Amino acid sequence: MRLVIPLMITFVAGMIMILQFFVPATQPMGDNLQEWYMIVSSAAIFLGAANLITVHVHKIRFKARNWKYSPITLIGFAVMIITGLVFGIEADLPFDYLFQQMVAPMAATMFSLLAFFVASAAFRAFRASNWRASLLLVSAFVVMLGRVPIGSMIWNKIPIISEWIMQYPNMAGQRAVMIGAAMGMIATSLRMIFGIERSYLGGAD
Amino acid sequence: MATFIEKLGNLDRRVIFVLMALAVIIPLALRMNLPIPIDKGPSKNLFDAIDALPEGSRVLISFDYDPSTMPELQPMAVALSQHLMTRDIRIVSLALWPMGVSLGNEALSAVGDSLGKEEYVDWVNLGYKIGGGVLIVRMGSDIQSVFPTDYGGNPVDEMPVMQGVNKLGDLDMIISLSAGDPGIETWIMMAGDRYNIAVGGGCTAVSAPQLYPYLSTGQLIGLLGGLKGAGDYETMVRIGVENPPPGIAIAGMAAQSVAHLVIMLFIIIGNIAYLSEKKRKGGAK
Repeated sequence: MRLVIPLMITFVAGMIMILQFFVPATQPMGDNLQEWYMIVSSAAIFLGAANLITVHVHKIRFKARNWKYSPITLIGFAVMIITGLVFGIEADLPFDYLFQQMVAPMAATMFSLLAFFVASAAFRAFRASNWRASLLLVSAFVVMLGRVPIGSMIWNKIPIISEWIMQYPNMAGQRAVMIGAAMGMIATSLRMIFGIERSYLGGAD
Repeated sequence: MATFIEKLGNLDRRVIFVLMALAVIIPLALRMNLPIPIDKGPSKNLFDAIDALPEGSRVLISFDYDPSTMPELQPMAVALSQHLMTRDIRIVSLALWPMGVSLGNEALSAVGDSLGKEEYVDWVNLGYKIGGGVLIVRMGSDIQSVFPTDYGGNPVDEMPVMQGVNKLGDLDMIISLSAGDPGIETWIMMAGDRYNIAVGGGCTAVSAPQLYPYLSTGQLIGLLGGLKGAGDYETMVRIGVENPPPGIAIAGMAAQSVAHLVIMLFIIIGNIAYLSEKKRKGGAK
C-alpha cells in the first residue's frame, strides 16, 4: 500500500492536469489541484525551516565539522524571523533594514566572487588545444568584447559580429538543447504518471 | 625566454585576483564613463515596445531575482521603472522569488518618490507567493484571489492602481527581471502563450543566450541581457533628459570593459605559455 497510494495519486493528478487542456469538464479539478499545489508548496517552507534547525542543532550537539558556523546560521535565522513577525516586512522597518544592509550586500558579494574565479579558471583552462577549442576561444573573445562599450571603440563591427554569434550559432544550439530537454521532460513525466519511473518516491521499486 | 613564459603560465592565482580587483575598482573610483552605442537589438526592442504603450497602460513587473544577482538586475529595475513612470504607465509588481519583494520595492519607491508618483495610485507591490508557473496560471483567471492584499497587507481591491486589473489579460505587458527559474521562461509559457500578452524581460548576462530562441519567435518582445542590457536601457531612458541622475549600470560598464580586457589578457598569456611548452616538449621528442 505504501507504494500503491503514492503511485495512484501521481497517476490521477497527472492525468487530470493533462486532460484539463482537452476536456473542459476536468478544468475545475485542474484548478483545485493547482490550489493544492500552492498549499503544499507553502507547507514545504515550514519543512525547510524545521530541517534547517534540526541539521544545525545536530551539528552543534555533536560538534561536527565546521559546527562553529551553525550558531551564526541559527541566530541569523531567528533574528530575521523575529524582526519580520514583530515589526512586519514593509520598507523602513527593522526586517527591511537588515535585508537591505546585510543580506543584500553579503549575497551580492558572494556572487561577485565569481569574477575572480572565472578569471583564474579561464587563465588555466581556456586553451587553444585544437581547432574546435580555438574557434570557441575566438567566439568568446568576440562576444566578450561585443558586450562592453570598449569593443565598439576598438572596431565598430565587433558588437554586430557578437550579436550575429548570439542570434545564429548560439540560437541553433540553444534550440537543439531546448527541444531535447522538452522531449526528455515529456518522456520522464509520462513515465512518472504511469508508474514506470519511481525514483521520486525515495528509491522504492 | 622559455623559462620566463612558462613562469608566466604558472602565475599565482592571488596575482590574478589582485589584478582583477584593480580592474574593477579603478574604473569605478575614477568614475570612468564609456559611450554606449545604441543600435537595433533586444534592448532597443524592449524600449520601443514600452515607448509605444499609450499613457495609462498597465504593466506588470515581476522581480524574479535575489540579492546575489542584484548588481546586474537592480539597475534594470530602476531604469525600467523610470521609463514606465515617466510615461504615466501604471505598474503592478510582484515577485516569484521571495527576496525579490524588497528589491522591487526599493527600486519602485526610490523612482516613484523622485518622480512624484504615489504608491497604490501609480504603482503597487503585491509581494511574493509561492507557486511559480501555477501561480501565474491562477492569476490568469483571477489576480485578486491569489493576491487579495499587497505585500504590506493592504486590500488590493481598494487600490486605484488595481482598478480594471482583475486578470492577467487586463495587463498590457509583462516584464520579468529574472535570475533563473521561475522567471522569464515561466512567464512566456504560462502567461504570454496562454493569454496572448506581450512579455519582455531582463536577465543576467550568463542566462541571456538561452533566451534568444524566444526573441526570434516573438514570444519575447525584448530582452535586457546583463549589465550591458541595463546600460543600454539607462542610456536610452536618459536621452533628452536634462541633468539625468548618475546611471548605475553605465558606471559599471566601464569596470566591466576593463575586467573583460584583463580576463582576455590572462587567456592570451595562458595560451602563449601553453603553446611554448607544447613546442618545447615537441622539440625534446
